[in-house]
Amino acid sequence: MNALLDIRGLTIDIDRDSGPARVVDGIDLTVAEGESLGIVGESGCGKSLTMLSLVGLLPNRIRATGGVADFAGKDLLAMSSEELRRLRGSQIGFIFQDPMTSLNPVMRVGAQIAEALVYQSGMAKPAAMERAAELLELVGIPSPRDRLMAYPHELSGGMRQRVMIAIGLAGSPRLLIADEPTTALDVTIQAQIVDLVRDLKDRFGMSVVWITHDLALIAGLADRIAVLYAGTVVEDSPVDVLFERPTHPYTRGLLASLPTLTDKPMSRLPSIAGTPPEPGRRPPGCPFAPRCALVTAVCTTSVPRLAPVAGSAPGHRAACFVTAGEGAS
Amino acid sequence: MTAPLLSIRNLTKEFPVRLGAFGERAATVHALDCLNIDISEGETLSLVGESGCGKSTTGYCVLNIQRPTSGSVIYAGTDIAQLDDDGMRPFRRDLQIVFQDPYSTLNPRMTIGEALAEPILFHGLARKSEIRDRLHQLLADVGLSERFASRYPHELSGGQRQRVAIARALACQPRFIVCDEAISALDVSVQAQILNLLLDLQQKYGLTYLFIAHDLAVVRHISDRVGVMYLGRLAELAPAAALFVQPLHPYTRALLSAVPSTDPRAARTRQRLQGEVPSPLAPPPGCRFHTRCPLARAQCRSDVPPLREVVSGHSVACHAVSSPTATNWEHSPA
Repeated sequence: MNALLDIRGLTIDIDRDSGPARVVDGIDLTVAEGESLGIVGESGCGKSLTMLSLVGLLPNRIRATGGVADFAGKDLLAMSSEELRRLRGSQIGFIFQDPMTSLNPVMRVGAQIAEALVYQSGMAKPAAMERAAELLELVGIPSPRDRLMAYPHELSGGMRQRVMIAIGLAGSPRLLIADEPTTALDVTIQAQIVDLVRDLKDRFGMSVVWITHDLALIAGLADRIAVLYAGTVVEDSPVDVLFERPTHPYTRGLLASLPTLTDKPMSRLPSIAGTPPEPGRRPPGCPFAPRCALVTAVCTTSVPRLAPVAGSAPGHRAACFVTAGEGAS
Repeated sequence: MTAPLLSIRNLTKEFPVRLGAFGERAATVHALDCLNIDISEGETLSLVGESGCGKSTTGYCVLNIQRPTSGSVIYAGTDIAQLDDDGMRPFRRDLQIVFQDPYSTLNPRMTIGEALAEPILFHGLARKSEIRDRLHQLLADVGLSERFASRYPHELSGGQRQRVAIARALACQPRFIVCDEAISALDVSVQAQILNLLLDLQQKYGLTYLFIAHDLAVVRHISDRVGVMYLGRLAELAPAAALFVQPLHPYTRALLSAVPSTDPRAARTRQRLQGEVPSPLAPPPGCRFHTRCPLARAQCRSDVPPLREVVSGHSVACHAVSSPTATNWEHSPA
């Protein structure tokens, strides 16, 4: 499979009064055509900023300062804002976490979907509304023609997220980026949305990047998972390999601290002590070293590179001196 | 089982609301409908269910933060649901709550020390001269060092703030704590730390928890008993072990099957609950789950199923389930 998206050495800085603070520190990621990649990490690990930087939607005072992001042969980071605008919604679709703040509350949902179509492909309004109804049907909204006239507040949370997905799909994108789209939803609705995105991906052969903090959720969805910690990729692996053989101590810690439906009730959960480093206050060596149980002398002085895990499946890489790569035992 | 610490009897809560652009239509949200639960001293009872099922309302009504429409909450021989604010005050010491969002529950202009000292001094549980030691001990209990007493909430991480919120609930040496989605907003690694803390504190002080959550794996981990709620009613109430091994209510089964699994293969074969929760403004007649239930029959559309004990300690409100074995799950997709 060819890489549709190839990110190399991406760095993102926050401009602070005291100078720039690095939040994303040299991320390498690839997404193949038709592949779904899960990006997992805790708050502040840079997972959302990484994806926002690709489509030029970084907030004020946060800038991509280095690296390349090759999308279908062109570097996204070098594009003008005009070029990016044409790309957004046509080649790259985006679904955000909270549909209530992403949808326009005073605009009917049909018009919001049609707007994207008219803008991107110059479709006539009636044809766009027709297509909007098809899209609503596609994302599993009952009686889609009636729903075209509904306002966002008239829909439930799950339905609103389906509308967001319809807008994300409007331009038939090659890459759909979903930023925690189910975090605010109930577990039953969450399962429905995950199924829906997986079906749509298979039907249209899209690539999907799904950003989440929920390892269990992503297990049922992604082909490959990248685990982020403090702005770097610490492990990158095919999904079944990651859960069978988690290698980086942070990935192991995350998996162990997750209560499951099969662990021993009332037992103490293994937790990772401490908290992730603040942007701009990263330790000199491995960013995870201060919280790591396996820390050695080299971890506090040099930064480990993402390297193939010896003896594991191809495509399984981790950035750790102790469990993978150079000097691994 | 010993006498319950807290008895909830026929607890009902309705919220009058006004609908329409100008509030021209009156309507009622049926948040809780005749809830009956006994909570024993030292146990963790969890309530789970989808948004709007009434689990948080139960927590608020039990503490009389929201006044129940009818029903009673018996604590220490008193029906605290009938008490006004003054009457409630002595009971507030014993009955505490930890909310989901520690950002909005801590006063941003009070230091952590001031926030923790306030309830202690208010209830006269310590003199000014003793407060320093008491603060020190409270902070130590929740795994924070003494120097946090002089900090402000914005200087703390989310996990640390939640520890402070727990310390404040502990400040008056309570017997009963409602944890309303207390760990839902935290990152996975921090969530495990707080869960461990709650378990440690329960052991140390013999606390009783009413744990309100939507994450079933967390609930299974921490609970003695679990109540599954649907649209204001209990669908099932059972020991945690039994509920997760042998769920009896079709809704519980569907809920469990929606839990994401860390096994990539299992995750792709699970069954799905279709549709969404009906509006609590107009809950369906009969069994409120019948609109989504794979086992629904005529009786379910008209008669409210009573909560019946089908195995010792395991109650279920379903016409189709009379015993764990005599249920025809063949027709059930869940």
